[in-house]
Amino acid sequence: MKGAFAVDSAFIELDRVEKVFDVHRKTGFMRRELRRVRAVDSISFTVARGEMVGYIGPNGAGKSTTIKMLTGILTPSGGRLRVAGIDPSRERTRLAHRIGVVFGQRTTLWWDLPLLDSYRLMHRMYRIPDARYRENLDRLVELLELGDLLDVPVRQLSLGQRMRGDIVAALLHDPEVLYLDEPTIGLDVVSKGKVREFLRELNAEHGTTVLLTTHDLQDIEQLCSRVMVIDHGRLMYDGPLTGLHEVGDSERILVVDLERELPPIEAPAPARVVKVDGPRQWLAFPAAASAAPLVARIAAEYPLVDLSVREPDIEAVIAKMLHSLGDTTDPPSERATA
Amino acid sequence: MAETGRVAGRDWAVEKDLGARSSRVVDGLRAYRMITAMWIRSTMAYRASFLMTTFGNFVATALDFVAVLLMFSRVDELGGYTLPQIAFLYGLSSTAFGLADLAVGSMEKLGRRVRDGTLDTLMVRPAPVLAQMAADQFGLRRLGRVTQGVLVLGYALATVDIDWTWAKVLLMPVMLVSGAAIFCAVFVAGASFQFVAQDAAEVQNAFTYGGTTLLQYPPTLFATELVRGVTFVLPLAFVNWVPATYVLGMPLPLGLPGWAAFLPPLVAAACCALAGLAWRAGLRSYRSTGS
Amino acid sequence: MGTGRLYATVAAGGFRRYATYRAATAAGVFTNTVFGLILVYTYTALWDERPHLGGYDLAQAVTYVWIGQSLFKTLASGGGGVEGELMERIRTGDIAVDLFRPADLQLWWLAADLGRAAFELLGRGVLPFVFGALVFDLALPTDVSTWAAFLVAVLLGMLVSFGIRYLVALTAFWLMDGTGVTQMAMLTGWFCSGMVLPLNVFPGALGEVVRALPWSSLLQAPADLLLGHADPLPTYAFQAGWAVALLAAGRLVQSVAARRVVVQGG
Repeated sequence: MKGAFAVDSAFIELDRVEKVFDVHRKTGFMRRELRRVRAVDSISFTVARGEMVGYIGPNGAGKSTTIKMLTGILTPSGGRLRVAGIDPSRERTRLAHRIGVVFGQRTTLWWDLPLLDSYRLMHRMYRIPDARYRENLDRLVELLELGDLLDVPVRQLSLGQRMRGDIVAALLHDPEVLYLDEPTIGLDVVSKGKVREFLRELNAEHGTTVLLTTHDLQDIEQLCSRVMVIDHGRLMYDGPLTGLHEVGDSERILVVDLERELPPIEAPAPARVVKVDGPRQWLAFPAAASAAPLVARIAAEYPLVDLSVREPDIEAVIAKMLHSLGDTTDPPSERATA
Repeated sequence: MAETGRVAGRDWAVEKDLGARSSRVVDGLRAYRMITAMWIRSTMAYRASFLMTTFGNFVATALDFVAVLLMFSRVDELGGYTLPQIAFLYGLSSTAFGLADLAVGSMEKLGRRVRDGTLDTLMVRPAPVLAQMAADQFGLRRLGRVTQGVLVLGYALATVDIDWTWAKVLLMPVMLVSGAAIFCAVFVAGASFQFVAQDAAEVQNAFTYGGTTLLQYPPTLFATELVRGVTFVLPLAFVNWVPATYVLGMPLPLGLPGWAAFLPPLVAAACCALAGLAWRAGLRSYRSTGS
Repeated sequence: MGTGRLYATVAAGGFRRYATYRAATAAGVFTNTVFGLILVYTYTALWDERPHLGGYDLAQAVTYVWIGQSLFKTLASGGGGVEGELMERIRTGDIAVDLFRPADLQLWWLAADLGRAAFELLGRGVLPFVFGALVFDLALPTDVSTWAAFLVAVLLGMLVSFGIRYLVALTAFWLMDGTGVTQMAMLTGWFCSGMVLPLNVFPGALGEVVRALPWSSLLQAPADLLLGHADPLPTYAFQAGWAVALLAAGRLVQSVAARRVVVQGG
C-alpha cells in the first residue's frame, strides 16, 4: 500500500506534530488555574496526493486543531509539518493558493449579495486566469446544480445550497487539497447525497486530495478508503474503514416490522434480537457484515411488512473502539509512524 | 481527463507561487480595495437603511458640536480660545478621526471574530489578515462623521482669523492625512490588544472616541501631565493640537518650538510602524494559542 | 412559584448574565473614567469662565460629571440593555414563544432589565465615582437621607429608561431594519438626558423643553437630588409620572403588536 504512492506519498506530512495550549480555568470566584493541555500530542501521518481521508474523533479530540495547523492558522508547538512541501505556519498566504477550506458552519459567502459576486471576488483575490475561472465555474456549478441560483442573494439560499455554494468557492482556484470541516452537518438527505457524489467525483476525476472531518459515519463509508481516529490529541487508528468496524466491533441494527406480534426471531448468530415492541423487532448484527443474507432469511421465514437498517452512530463506534483499545499501550495504527 | 487536469493544474501551481510572492503591502491594498467594494455593494442592497444610518451618523456627531455651541451660548472664550478657534481644532480632530474610522473602524470587531471563530475563514485566504480585517464590514455610513467634521472645519476656516503663509496652507492637508494615520494606528493597536483580551473591546474606545473628544478642546484646558501623556506617550497631540496651535498663532502646548508643528508625518509613520508590530505580535499570539 | 419570586428570579438572571463579562466590565470602567476626566477639564474651564452656570458651583459641576459617567450604563441613556435583545427576538419571531409564556411580557423584560441595571450600577458605576471622589473635590452630601433619596430617584430613572427602550424595541414589529430607530433613540437619549451638558445649562426655550422631556428623569433628576438642587417629592412625582405614562404606552403598543402576531401566526 505504501509503495503505490512512492512518488508523491508525502503530499501532506506530519512528523510528531504537537500543539500545547495553556488554558486558564476558573475554579472559584477570583481563582484561576493554569493548565497545560496537549490538544495534539505527537501525531505523525502522511497523506498521498489523490487520497480521500476521513479524520474523526470525539468533540475536543484535536481534529480542528490539526486542520488549523494544516491550513496555517495555528503554529505547531513542536514537530514537523509540510503540505505540498510548504511549511503552513511560515508561508500561510503562499499555501492558501494551493489549498481549499470549507468550514461547515461558517460560510465565507457574502450574505446580502448574489452567489456570483462572491465567486468574482475569489476570481480576483486568487488571481485565477480568466479562462480557467470560467471553465472551473461552469464545471463546478453544473456538478453541484447551482446554475439557477447564481443570481440569488446568499441569505435566501437553503443550508444545503449554501454549503454547495461554499464548496464551489473553495475550489475555483484549483486547490490540490481540500479540507472539509463537517461538510454535511445539518443538511437534508438529498443535499448530503449531492455533496458526497460531488466529492467522490472531484477526487476520482480531478485527483484532488480530500481530508474531511465529520460526525456522519455515512460520509466516511461512502467517501473514504482510509480513516484516522484521534482522541485526546493522539492518533488511535489509521487504516481502512472496515478495519475500524472490526476494531470498534460495532453493530448495525435491522428494524423489522412483522405482520403480527411474534416471539423473537431466531436469527443466525452473531445476529440477535435486542428489542421487541409489538410486531416490531430490533436485530443487532455486525456492522461490517452485509445485511442481505439476514434479510433474505427473515423474509423467507417470517411474514415481513417492512424493514430498515440503522447505521451505527459514529460517536458510538469511536467510543466502543477507544474502549477496546483502552488496555493496549500501543495503538494499532498501521501508518502512524510511516 | 484526469491527466490533462493535473498537468494544467501543475503549470497553474507555478503561476500561483509566482503570484503569491508579490509585495505584502501591494497585496494588502489590493485585497482591501476588493473587499470594501463588496461591502459597499452589500450595503446598497438596503439603500433606505444606508441613507438613514449615514444621516444618523451625521446627526450624532453634529449634536456633539451643538454641545460646544451651547457652551458658547454662555461664554465667549474657553481656555483662551474663541468659538472659531475651537471649531478649527474640532473640525481637524473630527475629520481625521472620521477618515480613520471609515478606513479601519471595523477593526474594533476583531474580538468578536476571534470569539466566534470566523477570523479563521480570513486566515485561509491568500491576502494579509490585517487588510481583510480592516475592510471587513466596511461601512460607508461612516461618511456621516467625516461630513460633519468637514462642515465644522469649513465653518472654522470661514470665521477664524489666521495669518496664512504657504507653510500653513501646506500644513492643512498634511495634518489631516497624518492625523487620520495616527488614529488608524490607534485602531490597529486596539485590535491587536483584543487578540489577548477579546472582551475588552471597549478599552480602545477610551483612546479612539475619547482621543478625538479630547482633541476637540484646546490643550490649555487640561492638566499638564495629561497633555504630556498625549504628546510623548500616545502622541495624539500631533493630530491637531501641535500643528493647529501653530497655524492659529497660539502658543504650542508644553512650550514646544514652532518646528514641532511639522512633525506629524514622522509621528504618524512611527505610530503606524509600532501598530504594525503590535498587530504581528497579536496575530502570532493568536496563532500559537488559538484563542 | 409565586409571581413575585418568578420576576425576582428573572432579575437575578439579568444580573448574573452581565456579571459574567468581567473583562468587558473592567474595560467599561476604564473608558467611563477616561471620558469623565476629559469632561471634568472642559467643565472646569466652562465654570471658570462663568461661575454658578446653571446654578451649580464648580464642585457641583464636577460631581455631576462623575454621576453621569457612573449612571450612563445603568440608566442606558444611550439605549442598550434589553432593547437589542428584544428587537432580535421580535425579528426572528421568537417573541411568539414569549407571548405564550405564563408571565407578563413587559414585567418579564422589566425584571431582566432591572437586574442588568443593578449590576451595571455596582460593577460599572461605583469605581469611576470613587475615582472621581478621590482625585477631585466633589460636592457630596454627608447625610444618609440624601443618598437614600438619590437611590430612589435612580430606581425611578431605571423605570423611565426601560419604558423608553421598550417602546423603541417594539417598533421592530413594524420595521424590518431597526438600525435607524435605535440610532435615533441613542442620539436623543444621549443629548436629552444631559450626558453632554447638564440640562440646566441649556439656554432659553430649548432648556425648558429638554427639562420637561422624559430623558431628564434619567440623569438630571437623580443628580439634582444628590447635589441638593431639587426636592425629592416633586422630582419623584415627575419621574413617576413619566414612568407610568411610558409603561402604559408600552402595554398598549404591546397588545396591538401581540394581536398582529396572533393573526399572522407568529
